[in-house]
Amino acid sequence: MSARSYIIDDRERKTFLLDREVLVSEDILRKEMAHIFGRCWIYVGHASELKAPGDFRSRKVAGRPVIFCRDQAGEFHCLFNTCRHRGAIVCTQREGNARRFMCIYHGWTYGNDGQLLRVPGDDAYFEAFDKAAHGLRRPARFEDYRGFWFMCLDPDASPLHDYLAEAKDYIDLVIDQSPSGQMEIIAGVQEYDVAANWKLMVENSVDDYHLPSTHSTWLNFMANSGVKIEPPPKEAGLVLPTKGLAVELGNGHFTTDNVNFRGRPVAKWIPLYGEAAKAEIADIRSELVGRLGAERASRVADTNRNLVIFPNLVINDGSSVTVRTFYPEGVGRMHVTAWALGPVEESENARARRLDAFLTFYGPGGFATPDDVEALELVQQGLANWSEDRWSEMSRGMGKEGEQLNSDEHHLRIFWRRWNELMGAEA
Amino acid sequence: MTAPVAPKDLVTRAQVEDFLYHEAALLDEWQLEAWQELLTDDACYYVPSNDQPESDHRRALFLIADDRERIRQRIIRVQDPNCHAEYPKSRTRRIIGNVRILGVEGDLIGVAANFVCYRFRRYERIREYVGSYRYLLRRSGDSFRIKERRVLIDAHELGTLGSVSFIL
Repeated sequence: MSARSYIIDDRERKTFLLDREVLVSEDILRKEMAHIFGRCWIYVGHASELKAPGDFRSRKVAGRPVIFCRDQAGEFHCLFNTCRHRGAIVCTQREGNARRFMCIYHGWTYGNDGQLLRVPGDDAYFEAFDKAAHGLRRPARFEDYRGFWFMCLDPDASPLHDYLAEAKDYIDLVIDQSPSGQMEIIAGVQEYDVAANWKLMVENSVDDYHLPSTHSTWLNFMANSGVKIEPPPKEAGLVLPTKGLAVELGNGHFTTDNVNFRGRPVAKWIPLYGEAAKAEIADIRSELVGRLGAERASRVADTNRNLVIFPNLVINDGSSVTVRTFYPEGVGRMHVTAWALGPVEESENARARRLDAFLTFYGPGGFATPDDVEALELVQQGLANWSEDRWSEMSRGMGKEGEQLNSDEHHLRIFWRRWNELMGAEA
Repeated sequence: MTAPVAPKDLVTRAQVEDFLYHEAALLDEWQLEAWQELLTDDACYYVPSNDQPESDHRRALFLIADDRERIRQRIIRVQDPNCHAEYPKSRTRRIIGNVRILGVEGDLIGVAANFVCYRFRRYERIREYVGSYRYLLRRSGDSFRIKERRVLIDAHELGTLGSVSFIL
């Protein structure tokens, strides 16, 4: 017997409804741990965060404490940050460089490749105790795509490369900003909670329908800064100054793909950047054209894209590039971790401009994100009435053939259909 | 030989404290136009990311890195009823202590102070922002103006504090 469906996906009547219980139920959250976070590829970190052998970052990935590190030979590892002896965290530093991780409880010591090196008083153990079998455990799978490292707890999962499907093309578009094809995570991480179910952040990250109402103060700021905010093009459903699409990428991944009006550090000047930046942005632009050709360069520079890698990685290549992941802390709260990403060869001024552009929109002190957070928290508060007011309406644009718009809800439906399927429900 | 410091050039902690208390009152009362008048024309306002308290905003991602124009825009934004994160406005109450004059150079005075800023929103538990303020003050008549205002939050992550959608 299959589980009941969490969605009503009526293609004949062009109606899509979501059962709000999925945003409030502890039982469903527990099931997600197994069916979603236990089976999907989950983002761990970026290669640029570990520049040298021995570099490590300790963090939580899908709620699990891990050490993301490189061994002495430079190989990347993702190790569970849990001592094999009695279970304590073995790496307590946020980041650093170390050959060994020693558990402070009884002194069991592991190499930065996870091997168990030292057990104090090991003559008290019998022959059956095999040190080689007591290295730090690790997720079943750990693979990267062009420096983006993911883990998967399911040994039978398809390779990351296949899992990412067409999302790879959009990751490539981000990486193409760098002349050498190397992007790096910039120092400074934004870690903040949102008192809302984690799936609401997925929706919000690609939902361009909300922009005029949630972010009117940001649009106002852009206008005050000399950016022209045109009325939307005359096409049903558009709400932003330029046209944008919602694109399905396979395996539950999707992106918006918008003609840019808001400027891009790579490489579309807006008055906000200042006159002095014009020349350098023109140089960045001509490097793009020289390397990629005019068409691809325009694709990189003149479009902005909010990409969701199912289930919980978002790369917003918009006012700047942010890599953002989030994980539930209970049914009504999530932890968000957000980084800025930039080309390794960026000049000091270009880097400063990128970081400044980031803050015009994103993050806990940005001119837009706090209002997103407010919107999601208001949803979560409103959901207290879920049992009497059960369904969220997500049919926008459903009747449309072909091209789907960024301000429709097609891409949100992609997420929910995939989620519903993985949760073992029948559509 | 350095000339003896004339009394009129002395800066006392009490003067600085009076100024900081006045600023705190303006912020807690949301008198942001009056607060802006405390700023120099080249004033900056920084809140570094929690893991990079001592970094440079041109090299590291901050939570806030405003120049004077951005501060002006921030104030337009937070006073707009469409700034949903601050409408209805948070109630804040800040307690400032351990005020220290770190150094005086010309007409600039380096100041550090500890703060606790309590933030209240409807139906919410109290949020406590704890940290230190670092100021560069410029003498201005009998008082000061703020040239740089840096807010270092002690929490390792912003976490349950959520956002810095008001002037911290």
